[in-house]
Amino acid sequence: MTTQLTPVLTKNWGTDNSWTLAAYQKQGGYTAIKKAFAMTPEAVVGEVKESGLRGRGGAGFPTGMKWSFVPQDNPNPKYLVVNGDESEPGTCKDIPLLMASPHTLLEGVIISSYAINAHMAFIYIRGEVVHPIRRMRQAVEEAYAAGLLGKNICGSGFDLDVIVQSGAGAYICGEETALLNSLEGLRGQPRLRPPFPAVAGLYQCPTVVNNVESIASVPSIIDNGAAWFASMGTEKSQGFTIYSLSGHVQRPGQYEAAFGITMRELLEMAGGIREGHELKFFTPGGSSTPLLTADHLDTVMDFESLAAVGTMLGTKAMQVFDETVSVVRTTLRWVEFYAHESCGKCTPCREGTYWLVQLLTRLEAGEGRKGDVDKLLALVDLIDSKSFCPLLGGAVACVSSAVEHFRKEFEVGYHTPAWEYLPYDRSALFPVAEEVDS
Amino acid sequence: MSEVPMAEMVTVTIDGAQATVPKGTLAIRAAEAAGVHVPRFCDHPLLDPVGACRQCLVEITDAGNGRGFPTPQPACTTQVADGMVLGTQVTSASAKKAQADIMELILLNHPLDCPVCDKGGECPLQNQAMVSGRAEQRFDGEKNTFAKPVALSELIVLDRERCVLCTRCTRFSDQISGDPMIQLTERGSHQQVSIAPDKPYDSYFSGNVVQLCPVGALTSADYRFSGRPFDLTTTRTTCENCACGCSLNVDARSGKVVRRKAAHEAEVNEAWACDKGRYGFRSSCSGQRITAPMVRQGDKKTGTLVEVSWGEAIEAAANALRESGASTGFLISGRATLESSYGFSKFARTVVGTNSVDFRSRPSADEETQFLASCVAGETNPVTYAELESAKKVILVGCEPESESPIVFLRLRKAVRKYGLKVETLSAIYSWGSHKLGAQFVPVKPCDLPTAIGNLKLAKGTVVLAGETLAQIPGALSALVEKVTSSPARLAWIPRRAGEIGALKAGCLPGLLPGGYPTTDSQGLSDYWKSDLSAISSRATNPSTMVVSGVEVEDFISSSTMIKNLTEAFVICFDTHLSTVAKSADVVFPVAPLEETDGTFFNWEHRERSLSQVVTPTTTSLTDIRILSELADVLGKPLGFRTSAGAKESWEGIPAYGGPTPAAPQVKPLKASKLAKNQAIVSTWRELLDDSHCLDGADQLKATARPILARVSPATAKAAGLIEGAPVRVSGAHGALSFAWELEPTMVESVIWLPTNAPGLALSSIGAHLGSVVSLDNELVEKGGKK
Amino acid sequence: MSDSAMEHDETEALPPTMIDQAVIKQLTALSKRYPHPRSALLPMLHLVQAVDGFISARGIEVCAEILGITQAQVSGVATFYTMYKRRPAGKHHIGVCTTALCAVMGGDALLETMEDKLGITDGETTSDGLFSLEKVECNAACDFAPVMMVNWEFMDNMTPQKAEQLIDDLRSGREVRSTRGPKLTSLADSEKVLAGFLDGQGNEGPSAGEPSLEGVRLAEKKKWTAPAPKKTPKAKGGKK
Repeated sequence: MTTQLTPVLTKNWGTDNSWTLAAYQKQGGYTAIKKAFAMTPEAVVGEVKESGLRGRGGAGFPTGMKWSFVPQDNPNPKYLVVNGDESEPGTCKDIPLLMASPHTLLEGVIISSYAINAHMAFIYIRGEVVHPIRRMRQAVEEAYAAGLLGKNICGSGFDLDVIVQSGAGAYICGEETALLNSLEGLRGQPRLRPPFPAVAGLYQCPTVVNNVESIASVPSIIDNGAAWFASMGTEKSQGFTIYSLSGHVQRPGQYEAAFGITMRELLEMAGGIREGHELKFFTPGGSSTPLLTADHLDTVMDFESLAAVGTMLGTKAMQVFDETVSVVRTTLRWVEFYAHESCGKCTPCREGTYWLVQLLTRLEAGEGRKGDVDKLLALVDLIDSKSFCPLLGGAVACVSSAVEHFRKEFEVGYHTPAWEYLPYDRSALFPVAEEVDS
Repeated sequence: MSEVPMAEMVTVTIDGAQATVPKGTLAIRAAEAAGVHVPRFCDHPLLDPVGACRQCLVEITDAGNGRGFPTPQPACTTQVADGMVLGTQVTSASAKKAQADIMELILLNHPLDCPVCDKGGECPLQNQAMVSGRAEQRFDGEKNTFAKPVALSELIVLDRERCVLCTRCTRFSDQISGDPMIQLTERGSHQQVSIAPDKPYDSYFSGNVVQLCPVGALTSADYRFSGRPFDLTTTRTTCENCACGCSLNVDARSGKVVRRKAAHEAEVNEAWACDKGRYGFRSSCSGQRITAPMVRQGDKKTGTLVEVSWGEAIEAAANALRESGASTGFLISGRATLESSYGFSKFARTVVGTNSVDFRSRPSADEETQFLASCVAGETNPVTYAELESAKKVILVGCEPESESPIVFLRLRKAVRKYGLKVETLSAIYSWGSHKLGAQFVPVKPCDLPTAIGNLKLAKGTVVLAGETLAQIPGALSALVEKVTSSPARLAWIPRRAGEIGALKAGCLPGLLPGGYPTTDSQGLSDYWKSDLSAISSRATNPSTMVVSGVEVEDFISSSTMIKNLTEAFVICFDTHLSTVAKSADVVFPVAPLEETDGTFFNWEHRERSLSQVVTPTTTSLTDIRILSELADVLGKPLGFRTSAGAKESWEGIPAYGGPTPAAPQVKPLKASKLAKNQAIVSTWRELLDDSHCLDGADQLKATARPILARVSPATAKAAGLIEGAPVRVSGAHGALSFAWELEPTMVESVIWLPTNAPGLALSSIGAHLGSVVSLDNELVEKGGKK
Repeated sequence: MSDSAMEHDETEALPPTMIDQAVIKQLTALSKRYPHPRSALLPMLHLVQAVDGFISARGIEVCAEILGITQAQVSGVATFYTMYKRRPAGKHHIGVCTTALCAVMGGDALLETMEDKLGITDGETTSDGLFSLEKVECNAACDFAPVMMVNWEFMDNMTPQKAEQLIDDLRSGREVRSTRGPKLTSLADSEKVLAGFLDGQGNEGPSAGEPSLEGVRLAEKKKWTAPAPKKTPKAKGGKK
C-alpha cells in the first residue's frame, strides 16, 4: 500500500470560516472536552501517555510523561504554557494552524489544563505574525463568551483562564525556559535546569510547556482514543504529524501524515523538485538538524530513523534545495541567523557564532585563506556541546553537516566567490535582472 | 541556636581523591574541598549559579548512577551525587581540552591591552589564561569592538571590550544589594552591561562589582590608572566607618592608601563592603593635617594657635588639667579604638579624677546611658550576623540598616532571599532599604515609638535591632527593654560608629567604668588600677576644661551650643586635622590617624576586630595613648601604659565584674504635643553618603549620594500649604533650613523625613533630631533668583 | 558597531512622546491581567511602540513606574527583542526575509529591490516617515517563500514586481491587503493587536494560504483519510 496522508489537524483548514467557533463546533469541535471532563485528570494524562504522543516542537519528549512530572501535591498553582514561538528556519506548521483553526488548539489547551490541574494557561506566540495572533485572540474571546473558558466550563466545575501573549522577536524563546522568562517579562535567556519547569517553571510554579501542534493533537486523542492514535505511525513514533515542505519543490506546503512516511514519498506528494532541476540537499527538521542529500531520500521520517542516520526529526521541516544552490551561501545565512538569535548568555554561542560568520563570510566571498575550512571545523570543535542551551547545536549541526557533504564547495571559497561558482540568480523563483553581489 | 538539621553527606571522587560534602554541593565547590581550583569566571560562591561562561567544564565519568556524561559539564551548575566520579583539568584530558577551548573563545574577542589595564597583574582572566589557555590564537579576523569606557556612575567605569559577560556584576546588583540599575542589554555578541540613560548606578554597594569583575571591565574612577599590583603593599584591617566590622584589604602605594577592598570574612562581611567603607578613606590625606602641637597665644577670643614643642604643649595641657581637676570633661570620638577609649577612660578616672567621660558625640540622654550600661556594656551572648541569618523575624526599631549599617542590611537581605526571613520595620516612612528587604511596614510617628514598641508581638526566633537614633525618643529604649526582657525575643543595639561598643567596654560613659563596672560598684577596678575610684565625682556640668578627641561639632544636636561650650572652657584637643574644635582649642595635639595605628574595634556583635597599621607615620604625630601617658607622667600619676598594646593588655587584665547589672531605664514617654497645621515631627537617619568628614576627599563617591530630598505625605504637604516645586523651609529651635522635597505616599501623617547630615543642611544646626517638632513653610524664591 | 541603549546619538531629534494619562491607564490595565504584573512587560512595550512608533524614553519610564522595576530592567528587556525599535519606524514597516531559504529563492533580490525603491537600508526609515525597512529572519512561512512582511502581516510568494507595486500602492494610499487577508493599515495598528487589543480584522481573509492546504487538497483528491476510530473508547477512569 502506498503511504497516504492522514489529515486530522489540517482537515478543516480549507473549510469556510474554519477559525470561528461556529464552524469548529459544526465539525464536531469541543466534543472532546466533554469526554475529558467525564474522566479524571489522571485518566486524561493516562490516555495521552498511552497514545504515545511525543512533543512536536523538536525534542520529541513524550507529552503524557511531561504532564505526569507535575507534582500534584505542590501547593502552588499549576500552569500550562503553549509554545507558539515557531521560529526555527524551515518550520511553518503552527502559524497556519493558529490562523486556520485556533479552536483546535484551544480545545487542546482546555483538556491539557484539566489534566494537569492548571487554571491558567498561556499561549505564547511569536510577535511577527499579527493575523494568526488576531485569530487566536478572537477564538479565546469567543470561547469565553460561549462558556468554554472562565468559571465552571460547561458545568464541569473546572475553571480556566487563557491569555494569548505575543512575543517580540527572539528565536531563543522557543527554548522552553527562555520562553518562561519572556512570559515573566524578562530577557528571553534560558534558565538553569534543574529545576525543570514541571517542578518550578512559570513564577517558580509547576508548569508544562508544550508545542502548539502537540496540544492541538490532544482533542483528537481524547475523541478517538489512544489506541486510534497509536495505530498510526511507527513503533516508537506513534500517530500523525504535520510535515512542512519548502524550497525547490513543485508544491511546497503542509502535509499531514503518519510517522513512517519517507522523504521520497513526501517529495513525490509535493510534485518533486522544480522542473528541470534535481535535489542537492535538504534539512529533515529545520536548519538545526544536520542536512541530508539524495542518498537519504528513503529514510523513514520518524525520530528513530533520522537519528540513525546522524540527524534529527526536529520540527519535521524539510527545506529542499536544488543543484543551483550554493551550500556555502545557505550555511552562512543559517549561521548569521544563529548569530543574530544568540541570546548572548554563554561564551561558546556568543563568541562562536560571531566568529563562524566571519569565516564563512570570507569563504562566500572567495576570500578564504587556505586552511579556512579546517579552521571552520576547528571552531566548530571549540564550541560543540559546550553551550548552555541547544541553540548552538543548530549552528554546529548545519556547519559540520554541510562541510561533511560538500567540503570541496567550501574550498572553492579560497579563490572563487560562491556567487560566481553557483550564480545566485539561478536559485531564485523569478528572473533576477542584475546579478546579486554582496 | 541553630535548628538546621545535619545535612546529608555524599562522597564523590574528584581526580581520584575522595571528598565528602553535603548533598547538593556544586561540583566546583566539591572540587575546592578536594583541593582543586577549577578555572571559572561567572561562578561566585555567594551569587546564584548561572553557568554562563562555561570555563569550568569537567568530565563526569559517573554521575553516581553508573552512567557518565558524553561531554564535559559545567562544574558550577552540576550538583554532586553520591558516587559521582569526575575529572578536572588535573586528570581529565577532555576537561583540559574543553577548558582550553573556552579560554580560546574568550580570548578571541578580548583585547590584548593588559599592559594598560588596571587589572593586569591581578586578573583572573590573565592568570587562568596562563594556566589553561593555548599558547597561540588560531583564528584571525576582526574583534568585536565597542566604544571605549562608559561611565556607569561617577564612580564605576565600564570597558565593554574587556567584559566577558560573566554577569557577576548584574547578579550582585540584583541578588545581593537589590539595586538592579545595571542590567544586561542587547543580545548575542552585542550583549553588554548597561544602565538606563541618565540613571546612573548609584548604589551604596557599587564598588563590589569592581572587585567581583574577573577581568578589567569594571574599574573605579577612584583608583583607575593609579597603581600596579606589584607596587602595592596590602594590609588586612578592619573598616572604621561604621560598626559592621568589615574586614578590608588596604592597598598602599608609596606610603599612601590608594585602594581598599573587601576581605573575605564569612562570619562578618562575607565578601562585601559598602562604598563608604571601600572609598571613604581619603579624609586623612585631605584637609589640613596638623603636623605639630599648638598652643593658643593670647586670649581665647583674639589669640592664635602657634606651633610649639611637644614639651610646651604638654606643659600647657597639664597646667589646665591640674587646675580644673574634677571639673574636666572628656569627649571621645565614637571611632576611637578600644585602646584609645580605654586610655582616656583611665586617664579621666585615675589621673584627673572625673567620671565625666563620654563617647557619644551625638544627641543622647540619660536614658540611653542607663540602657547602655544595663543592656549593652555587659553583653555576654550577643546577637550575631549568623543569628540574623537564621532568625524567623527581625524587627527594625529606629534602625535604617541600608544607610547606618550596610553590611547588616546585606545579611538581612540574604536571609530574606534565601531563608525566608521576615523583616518588620517600625518607621514613619517606607524606605528604599525596607522595600528591598520586602519589609512589613508598621507606620509609626517617631513620638509614638514607645507605644508601638509596647504593642509588638515578640516570639521565639525574633530579633529586634535597635538603632542609635532610638535614644532621641524619650521612653523608647525603656519600652524596648521592658518588652524584650519579658519575651523570648533577642535584642541587639547597633551603633553607627566603629568604636562605640569598644568605648562602652572601655568605660567611656559617666556612670560606667571599664569592664562593665558601674561607678557605684567600683571596688574591683579600684583594686586593679590601685586607685580609689569611689571618691570620684560624677559628671561635671560646666567643665572648666574639656578634653576633646576626634569630634566634629556638627554631630551635636545644636552645634551652636557646643561651640558656646568650646568657647567658654579651656579646650585640649586631640585631632588629626584642624577641625572646628581644633580651631577653637587652647592646646592642640596632633594625633596619628587610624591607618597609622594598631588597635581593636568591637563591632555591633561585640566581635573583636583588629585594626592594623597600614602606612608608616609621615608626620611627627603621636598616638593619643602616648600623649596621655606623657600628660599623666607630668601630672604625677602614671597611666601605666604608653602603647596601644599596653593599653590592651591593661584592659584585658580587668577582673570580671561580678556585681549586679545596673538597672534598666524606666523613662516614661513624653505626652504628644498638639501640632499646629504647619508643624511636623522629624523622622530622620543618616544617609550612608552625607556630609560626614570620613568622606572628605572621596569626591567620586560623594557624587553617587542620593538626591537630598525631604519627604512628606500628600496630606501633610497640603496642611502645611507646601507648593510643589518650591523648597520647604524647615524651622527648628535654632534656625531654619531649606530642602527640596517630594511627596511620599507611604509617609505617616504630620511627619517630615529629612536626611540628618546632608551637605550644608545638618539638622543639628537647627537643633532638630528624630522626634523634634519643626514648622514648615514655603521658601519663596524672589524674582531675580535671590532667596 | 554596537547599537546600545547608552549610545543614542544625542544630536538625533526624537519625536515627542504621545503617552498620556489614557495610555498610562491602558498600560496599567495590562499589568493587572497577570498573576505577576511584570508578565505584562512585553505587551506594554508593544503598546508603547503603538503609541510612540518606537520604544521611547518616556515609555520605558512609565513601564518601570507601573511595574515597580528599574528603567535599566525595562531597557534590558526592550533591547533584547528585535521587534522593539530604538528609533521611529515608518508608518509601514517592511520586512524582507533573508534567512537561507527565502534568500536563495529570491529574498536577497527582494531586499535589493526594496532598498532601491525606498532609498533606505536595513534599519532605516524614509524621510517622509512612511516606510521603514528591515531584513528579517525566518518568519515561519517557508512554504510561501520568498516572503515579505508589512506591519508583520504576511506578503507571501513575493516577486520584485509585486513588491514594487506594493510600495506604490501603500504610498498612494490605495487599499492593500495582506495575502492572508487583513488590510494593511499601519505598524501602530499591528502593535496594538500585539499588545492585546482586537481590531475587528480577525475574520478577514481565508482560512489558510494555498500552500498550507496542499496536503489536505491532495488527500481529498486521493480520498486519503486518517483511519476511523474503531469504536467509542471505553470511558476509562471515569468520574463517579
